Amino acid sequence: MERKEWPLWEVFVRSRNGLDHKHCGSVHAPDAKLALQVARDVYTRRQEGVSIWVVQADHIVASDPDAKPELFDPAEDKIYRHPTFYQLPDEVNHM
Amino acid sequence: MTQQTPNPAHIEYVTRIGDNALILGQRMSEWCGHAPVLEEDMALANMSLDLIGQARMLLTRAGQLEGKGRDEDQLAFLRTEMHYRNLTLCELPNADFGRTMVRNFLFASFQVLLWERLLASSDTELAAIAAKSLKEARYHAQHAGDWVVRLGDGTAESHERTQAALDYLWPYTAEFFAANPTDEAIAAAGIGPAWSELEAAWEAAVVPVLNEATLTVPARTPFKSYGKFGRHSEHLGHLLSEMQYLQRTYPGAQW
Repeated sequence: MERKEWPLWEVFVRSRNGLDHKHCGSVHAPDAKLALQVARDVYTRRQEGVSIWVVQADHIVASDPDAKPELFDPAEDKIYRHPTFYQLPDEVNHM
Repeated sequence: MTQQTPNPAHIEYVTRIGDNALILGQRMSEWCGHAPVLEEDMALANMSLDLIGQARMLLTRAGQLEGKGRDEDQLAFLRTEMHYRNLTLCELPNADFGRTMVRNFLFASFQVLLWERLLASSDTELAAIAAKSLKEARYHAQHAGDWVVRLGDGTAESHERTQAALDYLWPYTAEFFAANPTDEAIAAAGIGPAWSELEAAWEAAVVPVLNEATLTVPARTPFKSYGKFGRHSEHLGHLLSEMQYLQRTYPGAQW
């Protein structure tokens, strides 16, 4: 018997308005509409979210783990790129 | 607080809606740990818990209306089958995933219409329960309906099984709309619709989805079921014996 696996979908949930969608896991589902529904059932059953994105995992282009040295190491000594030389007012959140 | 004289039709009507939710919730919970995929296992368990939550509120309300001090637990665990008022459809075995989804779709579509009408109930408690439950029923109808389309319009085997499920379940849906004096009294009192009023809207909701699923809607037959009048199929007793085991064996047990 032929068994076809359902595609894998990556699930992103926004926990409340104003915040970003965050990756929280993945589900298997036959299509996009049901992927959203099962993501709702698996990842938002304890009020974790107000919005869900699902993306078929095949459609995500990922960086190569072996390329870490050339991609990420050069940033190591560029301390001037961090906005740590400013005094932020207390009212500014989420920086 | 004023305690009015109990209205038997009112108690019966609320009990019927509560028993539908309780029995289908219990039945569907049998899928827990057995669904075809983990994602549906959780979806089915979530929906079961939605229904059991509805049942708790409704049976609590029925107990208040009755005024004999019975609470949700006593009504759920200490009644015998002839005192249950759920639709026969709710107690039928799950069989395969296809039949489970077809049943959920047929029933949730009915619940949506009922809750919509109960939003305007003269029983404000029931109207509040309707407001909460309507959202749950809409999701159940959507989820199950999407599955019915995918299974009906899927492979040759999934189509065959889904059509068989519809052929098996369809005759039991006549009971939804069977007229009875309780419904007439309830409609007259403004508590809720007589269920016979919902038939045309229900068919208008379910038939297009069944058509999209390439399923053949069976013709109506003389078959009648009578669960909502307390005359049940052989399946309810088995379900209750499992559900009520703990309270029957250890009366008053709590955990």
